[in-house]
Amino acid sequence: MRWMWIDTIIRFEPEARLDTIKNVSLAEEHLHDHFDGSDGIEPLAVAPASLLVEGMAQTAGILVGSVHRFKEKVVLAKVSKFEVDRDVLAGQSLRYEAYLDRIDAAGASTSGLIHLCDHGDGRWVEIGRADLMFSHLDRNMAGRAFPEHNFVFSDNFRAILVDAGLAHLIDEDV
Amino acid sequence: MAVISRDEIFDKVKEVLENALGVDAEEVTMDATLIGDLGAESIDFLDISFKLEQEFSIKIDQGELFPENLMSDDSLVEDGKLTDKAMDLLRERMPHVDFSKLEQDRRVDQLSEVFTVSSLVDFIERKVSA
Repeated sequence: MRWMWIDTIIRFEPEARLDTIKNVSLAEEHLHDHFDGSDGIEPLAVAPASLLVEGMAQTAGILVGSVHRFKEKVVLAKVSKFEVDRDVLAGQSLRYEAYLDRIDAAGASTSGLIHLCDHGDGRWVEIGRADLMFSHLDRNMAGRAFPEHNFVFSDNFRAILVDAGLAHLIDEDV
Repeated sequence: MAVISRDEIFDKVKEVLENALGVDAEEVTMDATLIGDLGAESIDFLDISFKLEQEFSIKIDQGELFPENLMSDDSLVEDGKLTDKAMDLLRERMPHVDFSKLEQDRRVDQLSEVFTVSSLVDFIERKVSA
């Protein structure tokens, strides 16, 4: 399985906002273990909240990385706030809205909203909020080498950017 | 900018620290150290800087509020202790911080003890009156 917790980018405002969509599917193995009913509670396939944090981190991380055309190594450094009001189930869709609040050479802070669509009624409702901090590793770790797979901007994310018509954001020298 | 009292600055700094560090209001006293008493970690300093900028409508340059990259410069740290050059640099860059205790014990790990809530309030007081 690939570590991708967003499916597509639907809105991009440079240095300001990025929205993504995540469709929750029963094909995701982990849903069946969370919660599997082994502790006497009725089984219920719920998207783990930790992966909602990851979805927002990937959304906001792309927004932060795009400011310097992905030349900086951007890592999630702090979850300042995370709240989610209800369970997210298979067949539902999430929309992550990430806003860039502040960025400098050391890092960035973002705030975000999580919306959910139950395709039964087709309405989007706000179900969560997530404020994150990102660090620019190259600036903060005095040139230490880190494995490439630690970073958000793998080839998988390159494909998402290309599909969203945002290929021009990628610096080909990276 | 309208004149703001030291008490008002403290109240706003307290709120920033409650939000950034998840501490209770009563823990945020003037004497509390950011790392030792309030549990701040490195990324929290960036968070605090950003929040102070927003709260007081000021611009804080990187390294202005808290020192950085001291450990990567051999002329600033020798045998785990801050050199004279490092002390001069700190005093010059951070007039809002009281380094007298550090002068007595220059071990690098003591650096964390000089950054108190009071030093943040002093920093803001200087910034807003500049």
